[in-house]
Amino acid sequence: MAEMEYNVPTERWPAHPETATQEGKNKFVGFWTFLAGETALFASLFATYLALKDSVPSDDHMLASELFHLPLAFVMTMLLLTSSLTSVYAIYHMRNNNFQKMQLWLGITVLLGAGFLALEIYEFIEYYGYGHTFRSSAFGSAFYFLIGTHGFHVIVGLIWAVLLILRNAKRGLSVYTAAKVNTFALYWHFIDVVWVFIFTIVYLLGVL
Amino acid sequence: MAQTSAQKKGVGSVIWEYLTTVDHKKIAILYLIAGGFFFVLGGIEAMLIRIQLAVPNNDFLSAGLFNEVITMHGTTMIFLAAMPLLFAFMNATVPLQIGARDVAFPFLNSLGVWLFIFGGIFLNLSWFMGGAPDAGWTSYASLSIASPGHGIDFYALGLQISGAGTLISGINFVTTIITMRAPGMTYMRMPLMTWTTLVASVLIVFAFPPLTIGIFLLMFDRMFGSNFFLVEAGGNTIIWEHLFWIFGHPEVYILILPAFGIFSEIFATFARKRLFGYSAMVFATVLIGFYGFMVWAHHMFTVGLGPVANAIFAVATMAIAVPTGIKIFNWIATIWGGSIEFTTPMLYALAFIPSFTMGGVTGIMQAAAPADYQYHDSYFIVAHFHYVIVGGVVFALLAGLHYYWPLMFATMLNEKLGKITFWLFFFGFHLTFLIQHFLGLWGMPRRVFTYLDGQGYNAANMISTAGAFLMAVAVIVLVVNIIMTIAKNERVGMDPWGDGRTLEWSLPLPVPYYNFAQIPLIRGLDPYWVEKKEGNGKMLPSESLTDFHMPNNSILPVVMSLGLFIAAFGAMFFPDGKDWAIDAVSGLDPKPWALPVLIIGLGTTFVAMGIRSWKDDLGYYVKKEEVEKDLEELERGGK
Ligand code: HEM
Ligand SMILES: [Cu+2]
Repeated sequence: MAEMEYNVPTERWPAHPETATQEGKNKFVGFWTFLAGETALFASLFATYLALKDSVPSDDHMLASELFHLPLAFVMTMLLLTSSLTSVYAIYHMRNNNFQKMQLWLGITVLLGAGFLALEIYEFIEYYGYGHTFRSSAFGSAFYFLIGTHGFHVIVGLIWAVLLILRNAKRGLSVYTAAKVNTFALYWHFIDVVWVFIFTIVYLLGVL
Repeated sequence: MAQTSAQKKGVGSVIWEYLTTVDHKKIAILYLIAGGFFFVLGGIEAMLIRIQLAVPNNDFLSAGLFNEVITMHGTTMIFLAAMPLLFAFMNATVPLQIGARDVAFPFLNSLGVWLFIFGGIFLNLSWFMGGAPDAGWTSYASLSIASPGHGIDFYALGLQISGAGTLISGINFVTTIITMRAPGMTYMRMPLMTWTTLVASVLIVFAFPPLTIGIFLLMFDRMFGSNFFLVEAGGNTIIWEHLFWIFGHPEVYILILPAFGIFSEIFATFARKRLFGYSAMVFATVLIGFYGFMVWAHHMFTVGLGPVANAIFAVATMAIAVPTGIKIFNWIATIWGGSIEFTTPMLYALAFIPSFTMGGVTGIMQAAAPADYQYHDSYFIVAHFHYVIVGGVVFALLAGLHYYWPLMFATMLNEKLGKITFWLFFFGFHLTFLIQHFLGLWGMPRRVFTYLDGQGYNAANMISTAGAFLMAVAVIVLVVNIIMTIAKNERVGMDPWGDGRTLEWSLPLPVPYYNFAQIPLIRGLDPYWVEKKEGNGKMLPSESLTDFHMPNNSILPVVMSLGLFIAAFGAMFFPDGKDWAIDAVSGLDPKPWALPVLIIGLGTTFVAMGIRSWKDDLGYYVKKEEVEKDLEELERGGK
C-alpha cells in the first residue's frame, strides 16, 4: 500500500467501492454502530410517546383518534419509501461507477424527501389550528417531540445529501467519495424504517 | 505534519498541538488531565459533605448549599471523573493492545474529548452563575422541575454536551476493536482490557441515547414550555426515572467493566501467570453487559410498579451476581500459585477483591425487593455504591495510573510513595464507608443535610469523616508523587515492569507517534509473552517496512464543541421572563439576546460540521526512511 489511490481507474473499480479502503470499512462499521444508538434513541421516544398518548389536561383537547387522518400520512409514507428506493438506485450506479446517474438519483431522493417534509409542515400547521401544540398538553409535547425528531433527521439528511451532491460535482467518484455517499444512503434507509414504525404506532394505532 | 521528538517546541505550539491533536496517546493525556482535575474537584465536594455531617446540627453548609454540593459531587465523579479517566486508559492502551496505529476515527476521538471538556466546564460554571444544580445526580423530575433558577439547566445542558462526547467515543472504540486488529489478533486473543472496553462501549451506544432523550424532555420542559413532567398538563414524572435508570444501571457497568479489564491485566502481569479462565472471563463480561440492561427497575422498587414487576427485576438483578462471581473466582485462581510481586498496582488489585465483593453482597441484599424498602434512600445505599464504585472503579483508576504511567509518560511513579498512597487510601476508604452500612440500618436517611443529636449517629459520622480525611491525604501524597516524577523525568526503557505480557509493552518508550514501525504478527494470547518464551523476545512483523498513512490534525473538534457550549447559554436563558415558562424561571428578567446566542452557537457547530464533510481529509504519509532512522536510533540507544 505504498501509494494509496483513491481514484481507481474504471477497469479496477471494485464491486464494493464504499468498503474498498480501511477508512471506508471503518465508516461502514462505525455508522452501523451509530445507527444502533439511534435505534435506542427512537425506542426511548416511542416509549415516551406511548406513555403520554392522549394524556391531556382537560376534555377540550383533541385526542389522537380525532386528530390524525390516514390519507395524508399514507402519502407521506409513500414519498419517503420511494425516496429510499431512489437512494438504492444511486448506490447501484455508484457501484457501477456511473457518476452522473448516481448524482441524478441522489437529486431525485432529495426532491422526494423535501416533498415529505413539506407535507409534514403542512400537517403541523393544521394541528396547531386545532390547538394541538407542543405546549398544549403532555400528549402534544410527546407527539411533536417524536415526529419532530424524525423530521429533524430528515432535514439533516436533506442538507447532507445536497452538500454531497455539490461537493462531489467537481471531484467525481472515487473510493473516498463512494464511502461518503454510502454512509448517507444507510442513514436515509434508517430514517425510512423509523417512519414505518411512526406510521404504524402513531397513525394507524392512533385512529383505531 | 510529522514532527521529530527532538525538536524543541514553544509553549504556544505545544498547546496548539494538544488542541488539534488526533493522536490517541495525546488524547489519553487530555482525558487524564481533565478527568484528574474533576476528580480533585469532586473530592473537595466530598470533603465538604463529610465536614458538614461530622457533627449533629452542623451549619457548616446551609441546607440549600448541601443539596448543591451532593448533586455536583455525584455528577462530577460519575460523568466528569470516573468515565473520562477510564477513557484515558482505554485510549492509552487499546490501539496498542490490538496492534493499530490509531483508532478508527481519530477526528471523532478528538471531538469526544473536547465535548467532554466543554460540557464539564459548562456544568461547573453553575457555581459562579447563580447556583449549582440541587436535585441529586439522579435529578428526579419532581425535584428538578421545581428547582428555581438555572442550576438544573446547567446539569441538563452540561451532561447533554459531554454525553454526546461519550457516545462518540463509544462508537469509536467499537469500530476500532472490530476493524483495526493486527493480523492474528483474533477476538479470543484480545486482552481483557480490550474486551471490557468493547463491551463497555457497546453499553454506551445503547445506554446513552435514553439519557439523551430523558435530558431532552427535561430541557424542553424547563426551556421551551413542553409538559412531559408537568402533571397538571398530563405529564408523568416516572418517565424520567425509567429513562434515567435505563441509562443509569448500564452506566455502572460502563464504569466497572473497564475497571475489571485493568485488574485482569494487573493480576496476570504481577502473578506472572496467564489469566485463569480467559474464555470464561470474556463470556462473563459479555453476559454482565447483556444483563445490565434488564435490571434498571431495581432502583425503583419503592415507586410502586407492583409486585410482578418488582419480582422480575429482583430475580434479574440477583442473576448478575453469577457472572460477577465467575470473575472473582477467576482472579483468585490467577493469583493462586503465581509468583506474586507486590507492586503498587498489584496492591490495589488485591485490595479490590474483598472490597468490591462486599459491595456486590450488599447489592444482592438490595435486590430483594421487600428488604429494599428498608434500605432504600438510607445510608446503606450510599455504603453499597461506594463499595462498588470506590472499591472497584477508583481502585482500578489508581492502579491503572501507576501501571500505565510508564506507557503514557515513559517515566515511573515512585513505588514507595505509591504504597503510602495505597495504604492511606485503603484504610481511609473502609473507615469512611463500612460504618455507613450501619448508619443506614439504624435509620439515617441519605441526602439530608444534618441530623439531630441523641439518635446514636454521632460517633459513626465522626468516624466516617475521619476516614474521608485519610483518603484526602492519600490523594495529596499521590499528587506530590506525580509532581516529583515529572520534575525528575527519569526515563525508563521498554517493558518497564519486566513482566509485560500484552502487545503494548513490546513498544519502545516513549511510544513513537505512529505506534508500530511495522504492524506485528500476533501468535497467541499475551503475544509479547509468547515471543518472550518461544521467540527472541521481539514481536514478528506482519508486513515489510513501507510508507504508511496517518491522519491530519484538526482544530474543528474544538470549534464544534465551543459552538455547542455557546448555544447552551442561549437555550438556558431563553425562557427567562416568558409567560409560558415554568415557575422556576418565568419570574426572571427576560433575556432578548438568548435566542441569537442559541442560533449563533448551533450555527458555529453546523458550519464546522459542513466544512469537515466538504473538505477532503486524506491524511499524510510517514516515509519509510523516517521510520528506519527511528529504528536505528533505538538500536543504538537501547543496547
Ligand atoms: C452484584 C452487583 C450489584 C447489585 C446486585 C446491585 C444492586 C443495587 C440495587 C438494588 C440498588 C438500588 C438500591 C436502592 O436505591 O434502594 C443499587 C444502587 C446503586 N448501585 Fe448497585 N448493584 C450492584 C453492583 C453495582 C456496581 C458494580 C456499581 C457501580 C460500579 C453500582 C452502583 C450503584 C449505584 C451508584 C447505586 C445508587 C444510585 C442512586 O440511587 O444514587 N452497583 N445497586
Ligand atoms: Cu442498578
